[in-house]
Amino acid sequence: MSAHADSLAAAQTVEGYNFAYLDEQTKRMIRRSLLKAVAIPGYQVPFASREMPLPYGWGTGGIQVTASILGACDTLKVIDQGADDTTNAVNIRAFFARTAGVATTTRTEEASVIQTRHRIPETPLTDQQILVYQVPIPEPLRWLEPRERETRMLHALGEYGLMQVSLYEDIAQHGRIAKTYNYPVQVSGGYIMAPSPIPKFDNPKLHRNPALQLFGAGREKRIYAVPPYTDVRSLDFDDYPFDVEHWDTACALCGATDSYLDEIVTDDAGGRRYVCSDSDYCDRRRQAGDTGAAR
Amino acid sequence: MSAHAARGADHPILSVRHLSKRFGRVQAVDDVSFDLFPGEVLGIVGESGSGKTTLLRAVAGQEAPDTGAVLYRDRWGGLVDLHALPEGRRRRLHRTDLGLVQQNPRDGLRMGVSAGANVGERLMALGHRHYGTIRQSAHDWLARVEVDPARLDDPPAQLSGGMQQRLQIARNLVSEPRLVFMDEPTGGLDVSVQARLLDLLRGLVGELGLAVVLVTHDLGVARLLAHRLMVMQAGRVVETGLTDQVLDDPQAAYSQLLVSSILPV
Ligand SMILES: Nc1ncnc2c1ncn2[C@@H]1O[C@H](COP(=O)(O)OP(=O)(O)OP(=O)(O)O)[C@@H](O)[C@H]1O
Ligand SMILES: [Mg+2]
Repeated sequence: MSAHADSLAAAQTVEGYNFAYLDEQTKRMIRRSLLKAVAIPGYQVPFASREMPLPYGWGTGGIQVTASILGACDTLKVIDQGADDTTNAVNIRAFFARTAGVATTTRTEEASVIQTRHRIPETPLTDQQILVYQVPIPEPLRWLEPRERETRMLHALGEYGLMQVSLYEDIAQHGRIAKTYNYPVQVSGGYIMAPSPIPKFDNPKLHRNPALQLFGAGREKRIYAVPPYTDVRSLDFDDYPFDVEHWDTACALCGATDSYLDEIVTDDAGGRRYVCSDSDYCDRRRQAGDTGAAR
Repeated sequence: MSAHAARGADHPILSVRHLSKRFGRVQAVDDVSFDLFPGEVLGIVGESGSGKTTLLRAVAGQEAPDTGAVLYRDRWGGLVDLHALPEGRRRRLHRTDLGLVQQNPRDGLRMGVSAGANVGERLMALGHRHYGTIRQSAHDWLARVEVDPARLDDPPAQLSGGMQQRLQIARNLVSEPRLVFMDEPTGGLDVSVQARLLDLLRGLVGELGLAVVLVTHDLGVARLLAHRLMVMQAGRVVETGLTDQVLDDPQAAYSQLLVSSILPV
């Protein structure tokens, strides 16, 4: 769906719903939680998550956050796995175009609000933008400590030895830290946070990002935030420092060597190629004249 | 060891005062007081249900008593009341100064991670961030408690009962605590396995100058490890004294029954 078509759809807002679907009281409640989340970076603030006309797996936490911060003048971009044209992204974008009548776009630099699942855009964000993450499991200590009361206590006391134990175990079993997505981070030297299932490739973009980053978990009823320009450190060991994925190939479409690449199987014979997961980034580069074939 | 042994010799490392704990109608611990000195092993004996575990848990700061205080003297000579400490400080003290070896190793181990991670956990909790160093410590401690260091990456469930108990001991001692609580550390083990574990414990306690509160219903274990004994009956202390005195010449009628093995212990 082109940006132009989206804007046309947006002109016809659905009657009978409040702006951006949620009622004003719910939005105020969520905004209060958001303010608290921004004031305590990385801290999971409970909120009274509402039923949304979409199943949980579709990112109802992110949708509620977006609904609460969206204004009539905003321009919304929605990505899923880096792409604007997946079913999830198209549906959420159409949802807000209909219920809020906001402009939508696929271009990262044009958006004032970007809702995302699985990626941070390759195009650097600015302090005029807000990135909203859809989060399935907000608690980074969950698989280590199933008791909610205890995880809250560990966060409150900053007792994070357990998290380090899980990294130790990774190295002992696999020879390296095997986590490749949802890689745990420490925010501003304080709370440890699950960055949602983004690849660890994106973790460095969390660090001192000029944009406000908001995280919404619908099923688990938690909101958390990383304010602009906040330190975000990926956990590691001194002798096993954090590093990101590398590819020994460039994007087959645009030739980018600095972006996160998805592996695409091209034929039954096991042929495969690598292309940018960020479709907007890839499109921009190709329109600017870069091609993978040229390299 | 001489430095703090000398300094601490006339000051108890632990002072328990008028401790009581009730469960419904059962007075599990009834007005118990005692002192423990640096390097000393105090055995708590008594029949099943006499309140040994409840007392140990309350003394170790695991369970709040109804009344009474547990005063711990820290490395700098300051007295802290374990139950009055804020949660965070209490937990930190548990990682640095105290150890707890539980009767069932499953309760004292993290079953989901390797033996090495179990030993390294305290170090990581204390801020160690060098994998190689942590692993080396875990390796050395396994050797020290006589578990083959080749088992470093095995989960505890793959270790024998005796090895699990050794692992629990290593996991506690890695941070060089000063005071360790043990609840039936040789319970549930074969006699021959028990004997070797006792030897090991005796050696470690001596080398490290540990103060130990040891709960056991096995008078043989008590005789081998404890310097002093406290005999409990129905939540109360009925006799205290040097181990040999209590076992060879018990004064209280209840102790006499206990020692003569008339009571089922
Ligand atoms: N959590 C609890 N709830 C209720 N009663 C308890 C609880 N824990 C212990 N008790 C009771 O307190 C008394 C003392 O129990 P405790 O476990 O301290 O005895 P013990 O001396 O350790 O016995 P054993 O040698 O069998 O381990 C018993 O009557 C027991 O039933
Ligand atoms: Mg017991």
